[in-house]
Amino acid sequence: MTFQLFLQQLINGLGLGSLYGLIAIGYTMVYGILRLINFAHGDVMMMSTYFAFFGVSIFALPWWVAALLAMILTGLLGISIDQGAYRPLRRASRISALITAIGVSFFLENAALVVFGSRPRAFYRPEMFRAIWHFGDISLLSLTGYTILITLCLLVIVYFIVYKTRMGMAMRAVSKDMHTVPLMGIDLNRVVAFTFGLGSVIAAVGGILWAMKYPQIEPLMGIIPGLKAFVAAVLGGIGNVFGAVLGGFILGITEILLVAFWPELSGYRDAFAFLLLILVLIFRPTGIMGEDLPE
Amino acid sequence: MRKSLWLSLSGILVAGLVALSLSSAFAEEPVKIGVYYPMTGPSAVYGQIGYKGLQLAQKERPKVLNREVKLFLTDNKSDKVESANAVSRLIQKNKVDAVIGGLTSSNTLSGAPVAEKSKVPMISPWATNPVVTQEKQWVFRACFIDPFQGFVGAKFARENLKAKNAAVLIDISQDYCVGIANFFMKNFTKMGGKVVSKLHYNTGDLDFTAQLTAIKTKNPDVVYCPGYFKELALIAMQAREVGLTAPILAGDAAQADELIKIGGKSVEGLSFTTHFDEMGVTTESGKKFVKAFRGAYPDVTPDSVSALSYDTYNILLDAIERAGSTDKEKVRAELEKTKDFQGVTGVMTMKDHDMIKPAVILTVKDGKFKWLATVQP
Repeated sequence: MTFQLFLQQLINGLGLGSLYGLIAIGYTMVYGILRLINFAHGDVMMMSTYFAFFGVSIFALPWWVAALLAMILTGLLGISIDQGAYRPLRRASRISALITAIGVSFFLENAALVVFGSRPRAFYRPEMFRAIWHFGDISLLSLTGYTILITLCLLVIVYFIVYKTRMGMAMRAVSKDMHTVPLMGIDLNRVVAFTFGLGSVIAAVGGILWAMKYPQIEPLMGIIPGLKAFVAAVLGGIGNVFGAVLGGFILGITEILLVAFWPELSGYRDAFAFLLLILVLIFRPTGIMGEDLPE
Repeated sequence: MRKSLWLSLSGILVAGLVALSLSSAFAEEPVKIGVYYPMTGPSAVYGQIGYKGLQLAQKERPKVLNREVKLFLTDNKSDKVESANAVSRLIQKNKVDAVIGGLTSSNTLSGAPVAEKSKVPMISPWATNPVVTQEKQWVFRACFIDPFQGFVGAKFARENLKAKNAAVLIDISQDYCVGIANFFMKNFTKMGGKVVSKLHYNTGDLDFTAQLTAIKTKNPDVVYCPGYFKELALIAMQAREVGLTAPILAGDAAQADELIKIGGKSVEGLSFTTHFDEMGVTTESGKKFVKAFRGAYPDVTPDSVSALSYDTYNILLDAIERAGSTDKEKVRAELEKTKDFQGVTGVMTMKDHDMIKPAVILTVKDGKFKWLATVQP
């Protein structure tokens, strides 16, 4: 393999990895604060793509207006899922909440199947994201470049919110001891709702970028990205937003390089991603950056 | 006087009604045809349009042997297990005389053994995998099989595209894709070409940049990728993104409007082998079918699945007519004897339960499927 080819594959991997990382941020935030693996996260992402799709195709909005609206709607959806499904179980055992999350996931998938139908729909890719950048022999879809930038920007924003604002302080407090926090005069439900809202908005950003990159959307499209983002979150150390993005990059790059170096294994890509999850869980259950206290 | 007239009039009316209801009660049993199509799930696209073809055929030819034809539709939910269940339900509960279906090879492969065991003739419009009819007495199909499609693909690549080197990209989770790709490679090599790269992916994959970048370094003249339209649209887009410009050649699973809706400009120039196209009809019945279909469903393009479903219905009714009854053994024997059937998808002859018939090659041009050639067997 030439060096140039290696660089091209590395860039392919970065593009895929940044999408995994973006979705993993939401996963890891909710886990860090509630110790709940929100299995419905991928499906929330799926819903966001439909919101944006209908904004563009039915209401004929400019794509960025539709994207903003979809982010707001998805945030509200995330908050209502929390209030409707998880809030009544706040003091129940963690396994009950986990099973509820799986239930919410199935509910969203099947409701979408009934309402939107199973035929895939073509998602709109704006003009500015269609250009292909060339660096010598290496080519890169402009969307991929923007995705990497957006991922890093969001990471900084999330860091700022968690470490530099009063709400962030409350969030960190909830993650340390959920049951003592209300005694200190903090509105627990507001903090949790905010976390779900923020996580869902980031999921919407990830979902819309995902749908622009792979421009077909369907009700079951959230399952695999959701699982991969989960692997990324665990790999990076679940509960840690930097870890989530790092895990996303590592997963994306390994998947692509696996196919690049061993083309005959190209059919086993997903199997490899989950093998990685198993290995991490056996040898380093806290993940790469998991030694730090979760945010 | 007047009263008695009324009385006698109403008496005649009542007698007429009774006679009518009696005659329908004593009429012969309808001919029952079971259908197991995917009406929901991932393959629902095909099931829904295919059933339109069947309904049109039934509307045009509602009777055989002076008996009414009744279709019993069961949804196989695009699922292998549901397919087997659907066939046994049709045979045991609805007591059908024959079965039409399934559509995809995988579903038909699980439905076929049930019909074989119950000794009920089954005919699939669209299942192209060779194994579907192998060593079966009761299972037939109305389409050509993958070896032929692989052969036509290889011939087109060598002769029309003048390709020397081919890269092959295979969906390894589909029996259909693996089969057809193997036949392509065998024939392409036999015709003097060379397969320079053979890579895999799975149904549902979204990112193919790694495979496509690897293919690009081999500089092939053609990329043979006999996958389903969903993945194919993304493959075409990403091929252009990584700078792979070789033409893409596919199989009949590419034929869906979504391929163009999703792929947009990237699928321009993509060609594929298939069963039927509006523009490539060669028979009289084909022209009639296109007109009738357009009349019945103005918004839907008559495609392979609907045309093959239409043909399947008529092949089956012809066989019943020749058999003179719905006796299953006789219908089976007559199906085997189908010869020079003037179908809408071409003239076809049954051989070893498979159809010998022409294939068409379509290409995407200006956002539409365009007919390129018809290849005779």
